[in-house]
Amino acid sequence: MIVDANALKYGDDINTDLIIPGKYLVITDEKRLGEHAMDGIDPDFYNKSRIGSILVVGENFGSGSSREQAPISLKNAGVKCIVAKSFARIFYRNAINIGLPVLECLDLWNEVRESDTLSVDLEQGTITNERTNRTFQATPLPPFILDIIQQGGLLNKLKDSL
Amino acid sequence: MNIIEKILSKASGMKEVVPDQIIDAKIDYAMINEITGYLVANYFRDVGAKKVWDPNRIAIILDHTIPAPTAEAAEVHRIVREFARELNIPGFYDVGRGGVCHQVMMEKGYVKPGEVIVGADSHTVTYGSLGAFSTGIGSTEMTSVFITGRLWFKVPKVIRIDVKGEFSKYVGAKDLFLSVAKEIGFSGATYMGLEFGGSTVRDMSVSSRMTLCNMAIEVGAKAGIVEPDKKTVDYVKSKTSDSFTLLKSDKDTEYGRAIDIDVNNMTPQIACPDAVDNVKPVSELGNIELDQIYLGSCTNGRIQDLQIAAKILKGKKVNTRTRLIVVPASQEIFVEAMNSGLIQTFVEAGAAIATASCGACYGGHLGILASGETCLSTTNRNFIGRMGDPNSKLYLSSPAVAAASALTGQITDPSNLRGHDS
Repeated sequence: MIVDANALKYGDDINTDLIIPGKYLVITDEKRLGEHAMDGIDPDFYNKSRIGSILVVGENFGSGSSREQAPISLKNAGVKCIVAKSFARIFYRNAINIGLPVLECLDLWNEVRESDTLSVDLEQGTITNERTNRTFQATPLPPFILDIIQQGGLLNKLKDSL
Repeated sequence: MNIIEKILSKASGMKEVVPDQIIDAKIDYAMINEITGYLVANYFRDVGAKKVWDPNRIAIILDHTIPAPTAEAAEVHRIVREFARELNIPGFYDVGRGGVCHQVMMEKGYVKPGEVIVGADSHTVTYGSLGAFSTGIGSTEMTSVFITGRLWFKVPKVIRIDVKGEFSKYVGAKDLFLSVAKEIGFSGATYMGLEFGGSTVRDMSVSSRMTLCNMAIEVGAKAGIVEPDKKTVDYVKSKTSDSFTLLKSDKDTEYGRAIDIDVNNMTPQIACPDAVDNVKPVSELGNIELDQIYLGSCTNGRIQDLQIAAKILKGKKVNTRTRLIVVPASQEIFVEAMNSGLIQTFVEAGAAIATASCGACYGGHLGILASGETCLSTTNRNFIGRMGDPNSKLYLSSPAVAAASALTGQITDPSNLRGHDS
């Protein structure tokens, strides 16, 4: 499974309240949630990301709340994959469960400029920056997590088991 | 094994588990609120599920947006209410019936030592105060739990925090946790468990232990826990006649990290904007003028918290430069606060009282901040914009500091209140 898109780059400790502020949690339309993604940190995010993006972020991405609206809003804003130095626990599980690929890689952040085109190979856990032609190794996803992502999320697996 | 490993091995039917091992655990209770629960309701129907694994092991509690502030929120209520009725969930708490979900879970007897409890809310870690393993999960996983009654976990490494010494007057569990946060850092316990123990924790009420465990998530932890003792047993037996197992850490347990804290000389602590580990003693803050003070939440909205604040406020007035909002954490606490005269004390002091909810704490309603405003709050998170406008500032404190600060209009150590009978 290969994901290609332009990078959007942000720093450390981006919490769930910055990803989707509390006032939007009653929005039940996922498309509209997407329009408010990253509202707390970059009001122009949706316009930059809607054609498809790969988020390249620092440490502790998604700390705080268990709100699944956080990864849902990112996915609906066009985010195809998130590469972080590290993730907060609940966000990490939530993203995988809705079929949004997440990879942990310490080295990539310093080697990416905003709008670089990246190519992510999820099976291998590698990320290639097409501008510099350099490839970085992320922590590979365990097979059962890769399986959830490849099926488009945990709900699709649940459907099959019922 | 430590207490978390023992609980997880019991829940997974294994003799022993070790850190980083992935296990499949039987869930004892599962909880959703409306904000996370409407997604569960929609997902549950999407996958074509017809019934839950056990309706008696599920609690559905409206708390974030009650009473509904907008038509959109009312629609979310409707989805969740219909879902609860359709599934015949006895543990459904509508507007006016329960209050903040974690308080309701504790006081209605859903939490018992040795059990595994998941909630679709990050502050589910609160139930570790009774020696349960409890953690927050998302709505998709919760849908799976509703159907199967099981969930996978990675066994966490555990940090043991040993606390000794006696708290001074006006210092307590909140100040202790903020000191821990300063030490560990706000992502310092990611994926880990925090086990609180030592003589100070043994002397603490269940309410104070709840404050400690509640904030474990604020340093990234998967769980916060206190080994059960007589106080735990008395509390649980006063709420339920169900049986339970007392599990404790083995005497020779080795921990990934151990932290010793002596509270003897601890003074009131404040988490400054915009992070819970940006902690300073009140004495080092200088003059911080306050537009609003908020007393409430799953962290510090219990009767003990209201009593501490009311004692400081009794017969006095909230400073005209500021405003005080008091929100008891549950209907039960509200009644107790009325019967013991606390509500009257607050109203006579000039406080606004609101029905039990999470409203202002997460920036939903009932006390949102304007741009440029500063608030002192007894809640658990001071992220940028958490309680309203991104240009508002949020400081976190204990109920005692909140009450003293309401009288002066600036962040104040209660022991410095002139004319106060301390």
